[in-house]
Amino acid sequence: MRDRIKPIVRDLTPDVEILVLENQLRHFYEKIADLLDQDQIEQFPGYFLDDCMYQVVSRENYSENLPQATIYCDGVAMVRDRVIALRETQVYVPRVWRHFISGTRVTAIEGDEIHARANFLITEATSDNDPTLFLVGMYLDVLVRDGDGFKFKQRLAVFDNHHISRSLIAPV
Amino acid sequence: MQQAVNIAAAEDRHWPEEGWTRVPYWVYSDPDIYQRELDTFFYGPSWNYVALACEVPEQGSYKRSWIGERQVVVVRGEDDQIFVWENRCAHRGARVCWKNKGKEESFTCPYHQWNFALDGSLQGVPLKRGVLRKGGMPSDFDNSAHGLRRLHVHVEGSSIWASFHDNPPPFEEYCGEEVMAGLRRQFPGKRLRLLGYNRQRVASNWKLYFENLKDPYHATLLHSFLITFGLWRADTQSESIPVDSGHSIMVSRNVGKKKTEAASEIKRFKEELELFDKDTVTPRNEFDDGKVVAITHFPSVVIHQQANTFGMRHVIPKGPDSFELAWTFFGYEDDDEEMTRLRVRHANLYGPAGFVAMEDGEVLSESQLGTHHYEHRAAVVEMGGRDVERQDHMVTEVLIRAFYKHYRELMGL
Repeated sequence: MRDRIKPIVRDLTPDVEILVLENQLRHFYEKIADLLDQDQIEQFPGYFLDDCMYQVVSRENYSENLPQATIYCDGVAMVRDRVIALRETQVYVPRVWRHFISGTRVTAIEGDEIHARANFLITEATSDNDPTLFLVGMYLDVLVRDGDGFKFKQRLAVFDNHHISRSLIAPV
Repeated sequence: MQQAVNIAAAEDRHWPEEGWTRVPYWVYSDPDIYQRELDTFFYGPSWNYVALACEVPEQGSYKRSWIGERQVVVVRGEDDQIFVWENRCAHRGARVCWKNKGKEESFTCPYHQWNFALDGSLQGVPLKRGVLRKGGMPSDFDNSAHGLRRLHVHVEGSSIWASFHDNPPPFEEYCGEEVMAGLRRQFPGKRLRLLGYNRQRVASNWKLYFENLKDPYHATLLHSFLITFGLWRADTQSESIPVDSGHSIMVSRNVGKKKTEAASEIKRFKEELELFDKDTVTPRNEFDDGKVVAITHFPSVVIHQQANTFGMRHVIPKGPDSFELAWTFFGYEDDDEEMTRLRVRHANLYGPAGFVAMEDGEVLSESQLGTHHYEHRAAVVEMGGRDVERQDHMVTEVLIRAFYKHYRELMGL
């Protein structure tokens, strides 16, 4: 079992290189959020390295360093399986989600790995209810460049909620 | 959030004349019934799950937990003795402990700094003798009469149980022989390793969760993952065992993916379904009896063993139409790395995003909504006949019938 990569946080000078990188990341994050919001989840695994770590994990488990996560994917095969389950097997009331991302920040550049973080807020609306505040937290990411874009070596969506309200259907 | 309709007082409620093959929908929404359930079951002569020993590993380690709607604190005291007390200051009622978990030498209420020992006894009251000979407590104020209210505690293997009742029945008697055997199988005295938590809030009556785990019938139909990958199927050797005190046991076997005549009749058996990561649904054999066992321990917890994941599913009622489901996943301290890897992977079946359990959160919420303003109607539970005796298959609702037999006796309904 692999441990989560610990985020590296350095005091980076906001020079042109960092500002450009943060802008590129912001664009990348918006693209990922958009494909989740637009129900194009089949594209989601394509943004992960084969040996990635992807988790949606409570702050409680994360801060106690407990390995369990609400969604636990060790390797891209498990990310793909989430898509299969969602499309082929899972029974759930239809919903619409919307991601709001803020505070995108590069915290370290280590060789070809970029450590970055951002806040997320997700609303959820079921077919006969108004949207509610569903999940709030922070992405803790380790990325590598991939052509003009990026791929996740690690994406942790660490949520502040004490509870998941009802069920967590889709990736975050 | 829907509002419960309170038309009739609990005394005026009448069970349908068909008896335990019917469940009137008012049991899921009536606030008077709900309060009576809390008093009868959670605060009455019962044993409630509160924590695992590995969550409070050292002297002074504590964890906040719940029994019904009341918060309690589980603490490891001197000589490894476990104490459970109400998180309510003996002075003015404020919560004494403000963190979910931690380690302390003693507990001080932040409001007026009354200080309590690990066992809950009152050690100190600031300004007890007053200031400049003025004020202070009456001279006959006796600290020993003003400790935190302590609960009865039972430790079974590495699981911790508590009772609010002054004179609870012996734990073994409350559980019954078969549940005790199940608990000893799961907690054979080995130390546990905590793997993590999941918490979800489901907008349904708390009893619907127990009924879900007393309903092997639904699992063979609703949950594609269980059916397709042979983790829980109607065509395997299984047992549905009702036990006294509202408990029950469901037993099955992991048989792997295979198509049989019975399986192909089930709509949600998906022969063509393949995963990229087969480890997620491939258990390593670990119990000699080859069984998969789920124990519903009324009224506080469901204990699951499925593939290689173990979990305590603590049921915490939050009003008639909502409950928290607090999942604690664990393994054994002597598990090898590969087993821990499998346990963490297999836990993807459970919790609020679980390939299996996600569907239960959905179904229970929709069940609660479906009964809304239909209090004059009742559910029908006749699958597997109308009796309440154990059965050697899972196409049955016998466990729900047996539960409502017990429920009616204790609730006087």
